[in-house]
Amino acid sequence: MNDGWRWLTDGANWHGPDGIPVRLAEHLGYTLLVLAVAVLVGLPVGLLLAHAGRRTAFTVINVANGFRALPTLGLLVLIFLLSAGSDLAALVPLVALAIPPVLVNTYEGVRQIDPRVRDAALGMGMTGRQVLLRVELPLAVPLIMVGARTAAVQVVATATVAAYINLGGLGGYLMDGILLRQYGTAVGGSLLVVLLAVAVQILFTYTGRLLTPRGLRPEPNNRKEIPG
Amino acid sequence: MNEDEPLVRWDWIHEHYGLFGDLTVEHLKLSLLPVLLGLLVAVPLGVLCARWRGLYPPVLTAVNILYSLPSLALFLVLLDYTGLSIWTVAIPLTLYTLAVLVPNVVDGLRQVPDTTRQAATAMGYTPLRRLVAVELPIAVPVIIAGLRVATVSNISLVSVGALVGIGGLGSLFKTGFDLQFTTPVLAGIVLIIILAVLFDLALVLLQRLLTPWSPR
Repeated sequence: MNDGWRWLTDGANWHGPDGIPVRLAEHLGYTLLVLAVAVLVGLPVGLLLAHAGRRTAFTVINVANGFRALPTLGLLVLIFLLSAGSDLAALVPLVALAIPPVLVNTYEGVRQIDPRVRDAALGMGMTGRQVLLRVELPLAVPLIMVGARTAAVQVVATATVAAYINLGGLGGYLMDGILLRQYGTAVGGSLLVVLLAVAVQILFTYTGRLLTPRGLRPEPNNRKEIPG
Repeated sequence: MNEDEPLVRWDWIHEHYGLFGDLTVEHLKLSLLPVLLGLLVAVPLGVLCARWRGLYPPVLTAVNILYSLPSLALFLVLLDYTGLSIWTVAIPLTLYTLAVLVPNVVDGLRQVPDTTRQAATAMGYTPLRRLVAVELPIAVPVIIAGLRVATVSNISLVSVGALVGIGGLGSLFKTGFDLQFTTPVLAGIVLIIILAVLFDLALVLLQRLLTPWSPR
């Protein structure tokens, strides 16, 4: 642990093409790209499934949960061997990891909406599209953000493993450290990834709160029941 | 990878049944021991959190942060203290299990209807007996749902341990990468998925045995 701190506080590690800022930017870049793809796929599919028949939805949700069983390291190595070392191909297993939490939480978020709210929206003359975009989506935001948070944290963590197939990012320090038996580098890199993961976790928690519609926030003067 | 190399070389698989067996046993030890340890800690902790409401928010924040810690980073940090023993992998996985189970134990206990609790009290159950004989059994489906998530993700996460030298079936991925050879990688993926599915099914069966009253 001490070697790790010494490595982290050594100014030399903060400069140059292999410096911490460059690797950090790479890591964040991969994370954002993967997360963007996961949201672009998971969100619409989740919304769609929430309006599909119960049987279809049940199957897809179970399959999505089944993705948890896929060993990411194995998929990374397999894709690396089959694609002859393409960088973008290496991101596929990360996307596969990030889609299920977004998709399942979007689905659950829409499903848990009180049907009376939907009826009220339809009764006010909203079209199906308006109900989806102005009522269901905002009400599902808290859960969707929890899903996005889970996905983001998992991608930050797993992008580390992707360094095994030379994807760079912060995981590069961990792999260098293991290979060259430079314990300080490995532990210093690990501490950076831990800090990044915690930062992402906190960032998403607060963004989630900001994006939550005012009516859903637990505030003292936000009465849920009408007295009398 | 060579162009004429087939995706799966069955002869390599036939030659390595013994290796698969050893690695599977190690893999199960590494992934299931943390589930048991996590359950042993999560149930009492969850019971405490369900009883004293003020305790739950800080505990929830703590387990959420634990869950966000990357496994490889934890393995590497622990390597200094626990070396090449199974604990280097088992301790982080126990923490993840805990992070998944504590919220489920609390939610499971909270959804016990007040009327049920009052009925048990009226029948003369002491608080401890009420907890063990009434509240926990009602919470079983939610707790087992958490156990399924923890077990399946542990089984798949253990393989990352291969990068620090303790990874059960994950070491097949390392072999495949070092030799530029897809057969061990595919064998590892398939075996890990089979283990995950088997233990998931076992937990579903366990739930049916423990809650014979629930609808099928």
